[in-house]
Amino acid sequence: MATPKEAYDIAVIGGGNAALCAAMTAAESGARVLILETAPKPYRGGNSRHTRNFRCMHKSPLGPLIEEYGEDEYLSDLLKVTGGKTDEYLARLAIRTSEECLPWMEERGVRFQPSLSGTLSLARTNAFFMGGGKSLVNAYYRTAAGLGADVLYEAAVTHLELNGDRIDWVDYTYEGQSHRIRPKAVIVASGGFQADTDWLTRAWGEPAKNFLIRGTPYNRGVVLADLLGQGVDSVGDPTQCHAVAIDGRAPKYDGGIVTRLDCVPFSIVVNKDAQRFYDEGEDVWPKRYAIWGRLVAAQPDQVGYVIIDAKSLNLFMPSVFPPLKADTLEELAGLMDLPANKLKATISEFNAACGDTSGFHPTELDGVATSGLTPPKTNWARPITEPPFYGYSLRTGVTFTYLGLKVDAQAQCSTQNGKIKNLWAAGETMAGSILGQGYLAGFGMTIGTVFGRIAGREAAAYAN
Amino acid sequence: MQTDLIQEARRQAEICNACRYCEGYCSVFPSLHTKRAFSDGDITQLANLCHNCRGCYYACQYTAPHEFDLNLPKALAEVRRDSWESFAWPQPIARRFHTHGGAIALALVIGFALLFWAIRAIGSSGGEGFYAVLSHNAMVAIFAPAFLLPLFSIAISLRRYWAEVEGKPIQMSDLTAALKRAGKMQDLAAGHGEGCNFEDEDRFSQGRRHIHHAIMYGFLLCFASTSVATVLHYVFGLHAPYGFWSLPKLFGISGGILLTVGCGAMALLKLKSDRDLGDPSAWGGDIGFILLLGFVGFSGLVLYALGATPLMPALLAIHLGSVLTFFLLMPYTKMAHGFYRLAALVRDAQRKRYASAVL
Repeated sequence: MATPKEAYDIAVIGGGNAALCAAMTAAESGARVLILETAPKPYRGGNSRHTRNFRCMHKSPLGPLIEEYGEDEYLSDLLKVTGGKTDEYLARLAIRTSEECLPWMEERGVRFQPSLSGTLSLARTNAFFMGGGKSLVNAYYRTAAGLGADVLYEAAVTHLELNGDRIDWVDYTYEGQSHRIRPKAVIVASGGFQADTDWLTRAWGEPAKNFLIRGTPYNRGVVLADLLGQGVDSVGDPTQCHAVAIDGRAPKYDGGIVTRLDCVPFSIVVNKDAQRFYDEGEDVWPKRYAIWGRLVAAQPDQVGYVIIDAKSLNLFMPSVFPPLKADTLEELAGLMDLPANKLKATISEFNAACGDTSGFHPTELDGVATSGLTPPKTNWARPITEPPFYGYSLRTGVTFTYLGLKVDAQAQCSTQNGKIKNLWAAGETMAGSILGQGYLAGFGMTIGTVFGRIAGREAAAYAN
Repeated sequence: MQTDLIQEARRQAEICNACRYCEGYCSVFPSLHTKRAFSDGDITQLANLCHNCRGCYYACQYTAPHEFDLNLPKALAEVRRDSWESFAWPQPIARRFHTHGGAIALALVIGFALLFWAIRAIGSSGGEGFYAVLSHNAMVAIFAPAFLLPLFSIAISLRRYWAEVEGKPIQMSDLTAALKRAGKMQDLAAGHGEGCNFEDEDRFSQGRRHIHHAIMYGFLLCFASTSVATVLHYVFGLHAPYGFWSLPKLFGISGGILLTVGCGAMALLKLKSDRDLGDPSAWGGDIGFILLLGFVGFSGLVLYALGATPLMPALLAIHLGSVLTFFLLMPYTKMAHGFYRLAALVRDAQRKRYASAVL
């Protein structure tokens, strides 16, 4: 598309789920909308392209969702992961609105599928996108284009000029040229800053240099920093990010879902000195992978090593990269660059601490524990004895950052002097208002959809 | 089988197996997700289950420029073509036609020449209509082996396929399940029933499914026309030519129209599609086959329309020549896909039957 010459009512900054929900909603109200997506077309959609489901309240079976999932249960699930660091009013707004969003999404081309194999526990709470988040993003781009919204890819917004209580203009670069547009309203939906390693390192410390970024390399927080620098109200802990333990061989960016490793509960995990450092069997993996992200981040070189034996190989989802495999522990230590004697000693000590394993049950807390070992392994503790032995490395993978723009129930941004008349925010960039810490599967898409729609509606009402 | 093609498909399948986002699209993914490791036979089976609808490609977060460089429709299309070539019998002609549209054209010319020669050399021993040009016995002498030999060849290929994918003894329910899927072309509809991503990137469209239906049912109608005529000839002593309101004519004309229109539309559709999401080396062979099949239908219609004119003998030679070429090439062209698809669907029905038996 050529550089747009016409005057736009609304500029939407970002190109993921929240941005597209905002753009479609605004365009449906007759607003002329320009989407400025910083990624090239194949990588459009931000972290939404890696998502797979939408957590949705429902009073009775809805689309692919079975039974019911009420507002209070949903909220209590959320409070469990955020430890109460949640704006309950906004959280209830997101939860309550999610129910009407599902048919709204279907009307705009999103298709759902039954809960994926290996995720049956989510069949009641989370609606899975057929083909995953990228197919949702594709459908929304088509719908938005049909509504007359324009899209520029590789359009990097550099500055929003805040003048008192309004945004006067938006600067962006496109095809090597700088451009300035003066839309009536602006919606920011450009995610967090986790892909800016320097910023992440300033916030978290040196170890962050070794973190992997699970999603898009384009969430560099340029617009977020620009607005915070001009005094726009922020929310969320600026030093924190949501991180999980993933396959250490994952690419630096965009590894997505396939880099997860579900084998930790059936393993022992050591650091580069071949020492164990935490109870591998504390709970089922979906409840522990975030804790392990932090645990690995605290180890030397921010790396962990997972070791299992032959009897555990088929107990978890297949990994994207095959494990290292050896007939002896010495050989495996060599493949993993671990001190062989120390590894053997650690495993002997662990094996000796294992007791009766007849109650072993891979899918529930079985209480098969070590005795007299520090740290203990409190479930699924079976000795590592049966060759071949398998090894994986673990690294910290960052999902998103918590620091964001503070919004109200209209998704509107503010400064200490009050509301900014023509600036709204949606999606990951304001999710810190609701998710103070932790994460609840599928809730990011709920926040993006609900607040994207609100932002689009409010911005269009203002612009019209 | 070419190990590099299988290995590339295996690399991609292992990434898919760790993701599973496409589970609802087609038969490939539920089958893929039941495995932890993929034998050559597993990959061959997955390749023949894939109908190249491309839904998974456009939904995939790992396509190029991502370093995982996933293009499963292409990887499976290449394994699929290679499997057909590897299982074909006899081997010396197995690798001529899938990748060479020109070879199909040349075979067509030879087919024409054979029929002109037959008409000139054998001619008629009296008879009406077409039989006044070439006797019924001569036609049977040419076309019975030209039909049965390819079927024999395909039977050998399917046996080889069945061994490779470790097929089990077939039950009636396997067959009906497979025929149901094939009859509706469910795997050309994506999991949500809205069709393929074939013409315009990620836009879903029923175009390919409907066009394929036209070709498949057009072919079956033409086949039914000939079969009915054979029965009329031998069982009821009713000899051609038949009137317009006879079954052979009604089947033949409607089938010919469907074939002609369907093949023309399919060729145009293929021109619009992204060649790199299929098997690029088979593009010429596929187009050649589609045009040949369309020509069989079209020349049949022209022969019907101009059957009472002096052009008839030449048109008859051309039509029968194209039919002869089509049948003889059946095991070595895209036509083979129908047999393999059905076999793969039968095998998949068995997989489901065994899986539910385990539960």
